[in-house]
Amino acid sequence: MAETIAFWSLAVVLVGSALAVVLSKNLFHSVLWLALALTGTAGVFLLLEAEFLAAVQLLLYAGGVVTIVVFAIVVTERLVGERITQTNRRITAGAVVALAFVAFVVNFISQQPLAATRQPLTADLTRALGEGVLTRFVLPFELLGVLMLAAMLGAIYFARPED
Amino acid sequence: MGLQAYLTLAAIVFGIGLFGVVTRRNTIGILLGIELMMNAVNINLVAFARFSGSDVGMIFTVFAICITVAEAAMGLAIVILLFRIRRTVMADHLDLLKG
Repeated sequence: MAETIAFWSLAVVLVGSALAVVLSKNLFHSVLWLALALTGTAGVFLLLEAEFLAAVQLLLYAGGVVTIVVFAIVVTERLVGERITQTNRRITAGAVVALAFVAFVVNFISQQPLAATRQPLTADLTRALGEGVLTRFVLPFELLGVLMLAAMLGAIYFARPED
Repeated sequence: MGLQAYLTLAAIVFGIGLFGVVTRRNTIGILLGIELMMNAVNINLVAFARFSGSDVGMIFTVFAICITVAEAAMGLAIVILLFRIRRTVMADHLDLLKG
């Protein structure tokens, strides 16, 4: 019962803030709504008993990505005045495409025999996660380090001062 | 709540993100829509992992979150670079590749 209430309130927060992200006129407000949507997703992870992922989500997404986007807005727009307003174009066509996609996927999901109850957890999930990353999935983990390094070098290269 | 509820919620958030990507004129707005879509995919991964009782999906989600963050950093670096060259971040005006 408590889970149902938590799920529905999180769903309302998530869908409402996601709509605000794509419809808000002020770009800066969009980013703040995105922070709320990402925090709501962390709540959904908590509901699914993935505490470690909820923490990662808060630190990396709501902390990292939102900060980067705010920096990008400060660099490319004036925070006060006309420039920060943004508009949508072809709203009808976009809504038709998005609604058709959602209708297709929801219809597909509703016809599948999906599990209604969870499998019981056998071990501590965070422990299993750490062990998996450093044993069975150590190669993707190392590759991820290379990807991070490449992304950092690329970002520094792009952002270098003009000579 | 069953798996179906989580998948439906993720599908709706994905659709909203798709709407944002299609309709936004500002490049940063488009990137925000992409972030929403990636986020919805992560909800799917965690929900499937939890309901099947396997931790592999959660490990995959950790990787997916890291890659998304790298993507956001690179995307915004490109936006800032484009702004330097063209003095605009409106997608309609960024037609450098047009012959």
